[in-house]
Amino acid sequence: MSGSQRAGTARDRPALAPGATPAPGWRRALLPVLHRSQIYNFLHWSSRHRQPESGTIVLGQRRVYILPTRQGVAFAVSLLMMLIGSINYNLSLGYVLTFLLAGIGVVSILHAFRNLAHLALTGRRVDAVFANEIAWFQIDIENRETFDRFSIKLHGRDEPPANTVTCDIPAGRVTAVSVPVRATQRGWLQLDRVTVETRFPIGLARAWSYVKPDMRALVYPRPDESLLPMPRPRPDSGETVSMGTGTDDFFGLRDYQPSDSPRHVAWKSAARTEVPMTKVFSGRASSELWFDYSELPDNMDREARLSRMARWVILAARAGVRFGLRLPGSQVELGDGDAQRDRCLRELALFGVDIG
Amino acid sequence: MNAIPPAPSQRSAGRTENSTLPLAHLMLMLAGLALAAAPHVARAAWWMGVGMAAAFLWRLYIAWKDKALPSRLILVAMAAVALTGVFLTFRTFIGRDAGVTLLTMLLALKLMEMRAARDVFVLIFGGYFVALTNFFYSQTIMTGVLSLLTVLTLTSCLVSIQAPQRHIRANLRTAGILLAQAGPVMLLLFFLFPRVQGPLWGVPQDSASGVTGLSDSMSPGTLSRLGQSDAIAFRVKFSGAPPQRGQMYWRGPVFWTFDGVTWRPGALGLRGAPATVELLGEPIDYEVTLEAHDRQWIFGLEMPSRFPRNARMTPDFQLLSPLPIRTRLRYDMRSYASYRAATDNPDEQRAAVALPRLGNPRARGLAEEWRRNLPGDEAIMRQAIDYFRNGGFSYTLQPPLLDRNPVDEFLFDTKQGFCEHFASSFTYLMRAAGIPARVVTGYQGGEINPVDQYLEVRQADAHAWSEVWLKDRGWTRVDPTAVVSPVRVDGGLSAAVPQNALPLLMRENFSWLRSWRNNWNALTNQWNQWVLGYTPDRQRDLMSRLGVGQPDWGTLAHLLFWSVASVIGLTALWMLWRVRRKDPVQAIWEKFCARMARRGLPRQPDEGPLDYGSRLAASLPQQADGARTIATLYADLRYGPNHPKEQVALLRRLVADFQP
Repeated sequence: MSGSQRAGTARDRPALAPGATPAPGWRRALLPVLHRSQIYNFLHWSSRHRQPESGTIVLGQRRVYILPTRQGVAFAVSLLMMLIGSINYNLSLGYVLTFLLAGIGVVSILHAFRNLAHLALTGRRVDAVFANEIAWFQIDIENRETFDRFSIKLHGRDEPPANTVTCDIPAGRVTAVSVPVRATQRGWLQLDRVTVETRFPIGLARAWSYVKPDMRALVYPRPDESLLPMPRPRPDSGETVSMGTGTDDFFGLRDYQPSDSPRHVAWKSAARTEVPMTKVFSGRASSELWFDYSELPDNMDREARLSRMARWVILAARAGVRFGLRLPGSQVELGDGDAQRDRCLRELALFGVDIG
Repeated sequence: MNAIPPAPSQRSAGRTENSTLPLAHLMLMLAGLALAAAPHVARAAWWMGVGMAAAFLWRLYIAWKDKALPSRLILVAMAAVALTGVFLTFRTFIGRDAGVTLLTMLLALKLMEMRAARDVFVLIFGGYFVALTNFFYSQTIMTGVLSLLTVLTLTSCLVSIQAPQRHIRANLRTAGILLAQAGPVMLLLFFLFPRVQGPLWGVPQDSASGVTGLSDSMSPGTLSRLGQSDAIAFRVKFSGAPPQRGQMYWRGPVFWTFDGVTWRPGALGLRGAPATVELLGEPIDYEVTLEAHDRQWIFGLEMPSRFPRNARMTPDFQLLSPLPIRTRLRYDMRSYASYRAATDNPDEQRAAVALPRLGNPRARGLAEEWRRNLPGDEAIMRQAIDYFRNGGFSYTLQPPLLDRNPVDEFLFDTKQGFCEHFASSFTYLMRAAGIPARVVTGYQGGEINPVDQYLEVRQADAHAWSEVWLKDRGWTRVDPTAVVSPVRVDGGLSAAVPQNALPLLMRENFSWLRSWRNNWNALTNQWNQWVLGYTPDRQRDLMSRLGVGQPDWGTLAHLLFWSVASVIGLTALWMLWRVRRKDPVQAIWEKFCARMARRGLPRQPDEGPLDYGSRLAASLPQQADGARTIATLYADLRYGPNHPKEQVALLRRLVADFQP
């Protein structure tokens, strides 16, 4: 049980000596007791200022809370009605049934508590995602006891009920679960409080605990939906091979120029937007591309530019060209492949973000 | 896009929410509901069972074929049909039978809109209720066992809501564990919860209908019908030695008026104060546990002197409870086998010689002849007894049918009868001769159960006899049946009539059956005494036996609270107390892993010992063999079939010597 020592911050406080008189310094004497209490622990968790916990988190008995569910209350009311009926009609077996069900209800509270207590949670990995997608935080749950745990549910703070994962953890085993959290904006997504709960065995009581493993997901900017082409290769960018002159693959659209072949005019788009555009096709030739933050139009704000560049990076990586990235204050040298893509996307994700 | 984040395999450990039950679990729930409703189906209107079966099958079909649930319109229509059915059958919606049928039908309909977990909860709670309503009709051991099964099944379905991924057998086991652990709490609550004598607002009038027992009139066939029933009428526990069987006359209703066929109570016997009785000899103390019979009679040995406080003794020595006895009743009695009931009430004597003016002329003639020829009342009585003894009468459970003059036909033609024939015709003869006489019914004898020494008196022991008023002796019991068939009184009904006329279990030659029955009856009696008969009185008794003198509500509440709290506390300790006696092999291994972790090579939680050993070997080339040996030895000892002591010692030495 070494884990539980680490887990509860309250435990680190000095314990109250047995029989201590709360005379002059009663406030000081009482505080440790207060800090060890479950309610204090709970209130502490309700605030948003709880620091993330690193390493393995053990759900000690003091941080497992338990209350009846709505069904539990309904069950109690039903039992009361059954008891009144039994008294009125002198149904001895009615008493037996009512009291047996009451016993089941009470014992189930212990079972729910036991089903959750002393689980050990360790944050594992989380893959990078694009903004507006779901980040999956993988957490290992270890059951160090000799009995199986069932229907342990995890969900992130402020997540809709559908984003709940359920798992079973057999005795002495580790189960990996991935907790879904919506990534709303680019940058680092620090995992907020996760509720670990169970209503096993009979749903009349809910035992739950809060954990906040120190885990964060990298959130890339969301690629925009624009059909505009990648920038043309610049004459000063080294061994430039012409782009846009091929006829093999559709690559994007650019502004219409009077010399463009009518076959390449994007008529559909022109009909929609009333601005004539020309389809650009990429050739098979390899090329080098630089995506430059500062060359994007002035009317685009920072996030729009980053989204645009994210799309370019993805398209370029897919097209197999060599590309680089220029951002104010940083630069990613030319490269290709998935590694280059991830490098560039990471740079875009963290642009202007405080890396604490 | 290339960057679709999680591969599905990565979250295989998680499940998405699914609120309705899988098919197997649904079938188990239907089985639980069927168990709850089965006794009702056997007893209620036929269409209820058909409706329930149809609803169950339909719901199964929907789940099996993954069909949509019926629309709201269909549901409303079905509910209307059910309501109409209930009304047409019972002509009301309130009352016990209609209410139970309504509840069961609504539950069956609820199946058709079982969409979310919430609906399953409603169904299961409803099932618990239906199980409770069974106790309106029956509270036998078998009913108890059935409801225990019901609770087990339905509770396992509550588990299924939470854990639909588990096998139903696992959920049943969990429910069984819950049930077993709830047992002590239930026992404490049952015995210590402050009992209140119901009813709080009134017991339904129909709650005791259909019970067998004596009736408030007697005509040929009344008692012989009861002779077919081996249902227990009451049980008696004597403080001392039980009296002779021939002395055990359990007095019930007394009949005064006769219309030629049927005896009825008449108005006289019920009014006024009881006459004084001179009690002689030794008292007999005993406790009676009377089954509900929906009448007011309280049975006791002749002649009762001490009886329940709220009972009343009539002038003809009947004991009456203020209300019909609709639940099992237990009371203490004291009786005297010898007594002199020398009342001298002219009204009574006039009523006790009244006869219809017409009918039964031959009997009347015989009595008048005795009156003319014999010196006094006692002589006439003896003559009548002799007439029965020597007149070729026989005792039978299946007497021939009698027509318009039943007394005449019985006395002079058929001469075969059950006790009511003998008592009726004897009383008739006495009255015709001018001697005051009346018919007394009740029970005679009983049988001691050798298992628990309780005397069991059955409906088949129902009996009728006469009482004759003699000038110097008062009301005197005369049992003409005993004259004709002495074994009936000394040996019981089963000795007195042919075996094949009796209920199977009352026949004498089925001795193994009888011993089985005796055990079962003793068990039933304990059940009745301690489970069903656990009344406020008995609770007070138990408390004073436990040393709580005058238990009031407060004391009981304290006792209840602390005992239940400690039982729950003990259960919690037992469940959560984890004295982990670590296996020595495991302890050595963990020590090794901890030391490696300090070196910056911690074992991953999901890493097996052999994998870990290889990784260590790769990281520590100088110690590669040592690391591999330790890991292999540990795996052998931990997962191999046996682990000899030397090997454990070797592992310990290897770990101690391992210097990375």
